[in-house]
Amino acid sequence: MKHLIPEFEKMKERYPEGFESSLVLPCLRRIQEDRGFVAEEDIVALVDYLKVPRIQVEEVLSYYTMLRRKPIGRFHLQACRNIACSMRGAEGVIAHLSRKLGVKPGQTTPDGTFTLTEVECLGSCGTAPVVMVNEAYHENMSTEKLDRLVDELAAGVRAGGK
Amino acid sequence: MTMPGRKVIMNFEVTPTSHSLEEYRARGGYATLEKALKLQPADITKEVTASGLLGHGGAAFPVGRKWGVMKPIPGEIHYLCANADEGEPGTFKDRWILENAPHLLVESMLITSYALGVRHAFVYIRGEFDLPYRRIQGAIDEAYAAGYLGKPVFGTDFALDIVVYRGAGSYVCGEASGLITSIEGRKPYPRNRPPRLTVRGLYQKPTVINNVESLANITGIIRMGAEEFRKIGTAKSPGTQLISISGHIAKPGVYEVEYGYPWAKFLDEDCGGMLHGAKMKCVVPGGISTKVLTRAEIEPLTLCHESVNPAGSGIGSGGMIAIAEGTCMVRLLQVLLRFYHHESCGQCTPCREGMGWMHRIIDRIVEGKGVPEDIDRLYAISAANDGTTICGMGDAAGYATVGILNKYRDEFEYFITNRRSKFDGRLECLA
Repeated sequence: MKHLIPEFEKMKERYPEGFESSLVLPCLRRIQEDRGFVAEEDIVALVDYLKVPRIQVEEVLSYYTMLRRKPIGRFHLQACRNIACSMRGAEGVIAHLSRKLGVKPGQTTPDGTFTLTEVECLGSCGTAPVVMVNEAYHENMSTEKLDRLVDELAAGVRAGGK
Repeated sequence: MTMPGRKVIMNFEVTPTSHSLEEYRARGGYATLEKALKLQPADITKEVTASGLLGHGGAAFPVGRKWGVMKPIPGEIHYLCANADEGEPGTFKDRWILENAPHLLVESMLITSYALGVRHAFVYIRGEFDLPYRRIQGAIDEAYAAGYLGKPVFGTDFALDIVVYRGAGSYVCGEASGLITSIEGRKPYPRNRPPRLTVRGLYQKPTVINNVESLANITGIIRMGAEEFRKIGTAKSPGTQLISISGHIAKPGVYEVEYGYPWAKFLDEDCGGMLHGAKMKCVVPGGISTKVLTRAEIEPLTLCHESVNPAGSGIGSGGMIAIAEGTCMVRLLQVLLRFYHHESCGQCTPCREGMGWMHRIIDRIVEGKGVPEDIDRLYAISAANDGTTICGMGDAAGYATVGILNKYRDEFEYFITNRRSKFDGRLECLA
């Protein structure tokens, strides 16, 4: 985490004074973006840097669904299953993804390429069903579009590209 | 999406560059800020109060009344937060503003901060939003570079900093006090009132939290004046409402609707009617926490608070979901209860335990293992949650449940008796 401190210092500039505690969440988000998850050593370093109690970092880390303490697959497929997406075929989309990847929701493919997660409303109901691939929204999904998307991502990994 | 009627927010053509500072300025952007800075702060609050603007986050609380509590006293610290934690299922209107009119929000936040004596403001944006985050952060960066943020603006001594604070996946952060606790770097447990957040909010300082759409209206109100603004909409619901419509509708999307517009006309004509020409069964008016209304019930209604509220529901967050005939309401309620269970923060016992209990009951019914008493039990848990939790989530889950049970009890009875759905467990609309 230590190499991110200059970035954190810059971030701090726009906050009012005395907002160190507020930096816990943005710092954790940035650490996860960097490493893919939040490691034990990150927690120790963050506690030391922000001078907040460790329990506070643990509390935030364990509460928010987007934060994690273990690595996941290279591509995180998050499929929405809330009302609007379900009404537009999300259940079929998730079942199809599960079959295609050979994993159940919550699991990662053995080669570490894909993690499939079911999530609640992503605020994209008008373009349902929606699947997130890492940060990006993929909207109006169908089984055909998913096949193309997953195949392209897998091919990219095999070719050694990003 | 295009809509007849007057517009306050969606009043320009969206192009790949229409969100930029350059084009916002070409549309007259930041001229209203300059005008506002010549007024006394109290006059701006007075104008907003006179406009009758109602909050767009779901509760329709008068914006002016919220602001009125906070007097800008020199030397006293006040905060402003734009609530962009849009997470009520069915709602995606604030996303439209963040993506397409981010400078309108920035300008409105500048005007609001000047009115309320705020030096530091926050945009609390839900963690999953990616493009909306990049657009609003991009607009704020542009505004810093142009000198609207970070230093005294237009020769006055008023200056503002805006921080975009990204959530990390939690529905409760959309509740104003949960949002504040989240910004304080803790688990977003909502807080008991009083004290109101305008008295003791972020880090115990007076704080105004307004929904993104509510704030986006401020520039328009100051530009045209309260009197002109009140000519839009109805007497009791001035202005417009961004309605995000989804579900079994032919043309889903975000529409700016002038309050008082006929509801049935909106669905049948502007939204293109139901998907595949299906018949409409019912509609969720404004986010899943508002009670469903049948097609027959909405027929005489217009889209404004004074028309929808007496029908036992509400405009809420403007997250409308159209549901076609042949949809299984038992499975639909299962989806909703799973969501509420998942999102309960766990602070209050009735919600923490009640959501899980209701979720288990509905799962049991859908598995064909329901018993006749289950329906009464869902009613009883909903009643036990009502008013017994710190935030409104416990109540909301009950309203949604009771709303569906009252109107579609026969489907639940059928499911329990026959151990299968009356409509094949269908959630999708058949072609």
